[in-house]
Amino acid sequence: MSRANWEVVIGLETHSQLNTTSKIFSGSPTAFGAAPNVQASAVDLALPGVLPVMNRAAVERAIRFGLAVGGEVAQRSVFARKNYFYPDLPKGYQISQYELPVVQGGALTIRVGDGDKAYEKVVRLTRAHLEEDAGKSLHEDFHGMSGIDLNRAGTPLLEIVSEPDMTSSAEAVAYARALHALVRWVDICDGNMQEGSFRCDANVSVRRPGEPLGTRREIKNLNSFRFMQQAIDFEIQWQIEQIEDGHKIQQATVLFDPDTGETRAMRSKEDAHDYRYFPDPDLPPLVIAADWIARVRSEMPELPVALSARLQADYGLSPYDAAGLTASREMAQYYLDALAVVGAAQAKPLANWVMGELAARLNREERDIAQSPVTPSQLAGLVARIADGTISNNIAKKVFEALWSGEGQTADAVIEAQGLKQVTDVSAIEPIIDEVLAANPKSVEEYRAGKDKAFNALVGQVMKASKGKASPAQVNELLKKKLQA
Amino acid sequence: MSLTDPQVRHIAKLARIELADGQLERTRDALGSMLGLIEQLQAIDTTGVEPMAHATDLVLRLRDDAISETDHRSAYQAVAPAVENGLYLVPKVIE
Repeated sequence: MSRANWEVVIGLETHSQLNTTSKIFSGSPTAFGAAPNVQASAVDLALPGVLPVMNRAAVERAIRFGLAVGGEVAQRSVFARKNYFYPDLPKGYQISQYELPVVQGGALTIRVGDGDKAYEKVVRLTRAHLEEDAGKSLHEDFHGMSGIDLNRAGTPLLEIVSEPDMTSSAEAVAYARALHALVRWVDICDGNMQEGSFRCDANVSVRRPGEPLGTRREIKNLNSFRFMQQAIDFEIQWQIEQIEDGHKIQQATVLFDPDTGETRAMRSKEDAHDYRYFPDPDLPPLVIAADWIARVRSEMPELPVALSARLQADYGLSPYDAAGLTASREMAQYYLDALAVVGAAQAKPLANWVMGELAARLNREERDIAQSPVTPSQLAGLVARIADGTISNNIAKKVFEALWSGEGQTADAVIEAQGLKQVTDVSAIEPIIDEVLAANPKSVEEYRAGKDKAFNALVGQVMKASKGKASPAQVNELLKKKLQA
Repeated sequence: MSLTDPQVRHIAKLARIELADGQLERTRDALGSMLGLIEQLQAIDTTGVEPMAHATDLVLRLRDDAISETDHRSAYQAVAPAVENGLYLVPKVIE
């Protein structure tokens, strides 16, 4: 069995919780983690006689998203009832949008893979529509009953639907990551996947090249990128094996079990018409005036794609660096703030520090870059001292540590206080070299016999003896001179 | 237009309406006559007419994003059939 003879087709539906203060159709709070049902009002409980009233901020976030993906923000869109029975949906229908969604079309540029094999791809979006979230069902045993918490019911969602443009789990994950970064970038969603603020469903099918689309199965509720990758890979393999064994794929909704790494069918997928969508008589059409769209447009931040292009064009950064630095708005802001201090000539070394030492350290301590103990101007000061030869890269790591732990206010202060300034005075280094040569006659002999390794060992000894303060380049040069003398 | 019995049963099931055997025929006829009305409407040429989404010409009213609801859980739960630990209890739902 080989995957090479198969084409994979993947489309994603993403539920993005909009970061409003109150719910989409009621004045209840949306804060996560409250005691059960204290944030469920009469509207959220669907008590008789209540009516929904639309939250302007939810609409504005939809507009922002539409502009961010270059989609069309509909001047007129319609809310519809999606009818189904489940106890965490007390009305018996979800208010959603069906025929006329608030955002139509648009696209997202994704970057897939690393290094030489990295490539860019444009994933088209079908639509994005506003809808309300359902509550939560708790299936632990309450005397044979289920417990219902309706705090989440009525939380505003933007459901973002892609075209089936992805052909591998790597592309699907790259798309989900790019979308996740974008909704946070334009500040419409907090992106907290553990809390369910950003949930993906993946529609997966396989076919032999040239054949019509295969039957798809929908993997529900993928709430981590790692699980998404695993679930899609398992699903692809499973579908190929089924077909090669002569079975037909049945359309189904499946769940991913992280413990077994497998997907399994949940329930046979109800056809769209079984939801009996119809326009909600409680809500007249949503009309978005052109001047509203224009105002939102004027308030939009520079988008990651534009900033990434600017970083490459103006500062000569590689596509890889530019993509890394625009992975989040906070990261980009940090970089730009530091760059403003240290100057454009240090754009590349600064990028290395932000994505290398700093990112690794933040990652290790599970901190956001916005809460970095080392500020952009402190890092800029550090990079400047490497650039002007005051310290080596190695010593710089020491200075970085000191700044991180608050041992000094600036790189200069740390260098001064700890005496870390690089020694470039020949008269100070020569005696050290002489001492090392005298103490290591064997290495000297080996070097003269043509062993390059011996030379490196000698450089190491000199650096050690200088406590790292000598400049490696200068030591190289002086040492060579002495050995050839 | 007439519906088949399985179609009527399916619609009833989706709507969670229980149909006794004696009610099936009556329901089928009633639905059939409603569909007849729809057929009459569909016979009209609506070329160039924007589909109507609402019976009024109103547009959606929007409210500011502010919290106006406070916690009335105990009042709401006082009239619920079963509650525990702040949760509403319902017959077990199994997927």
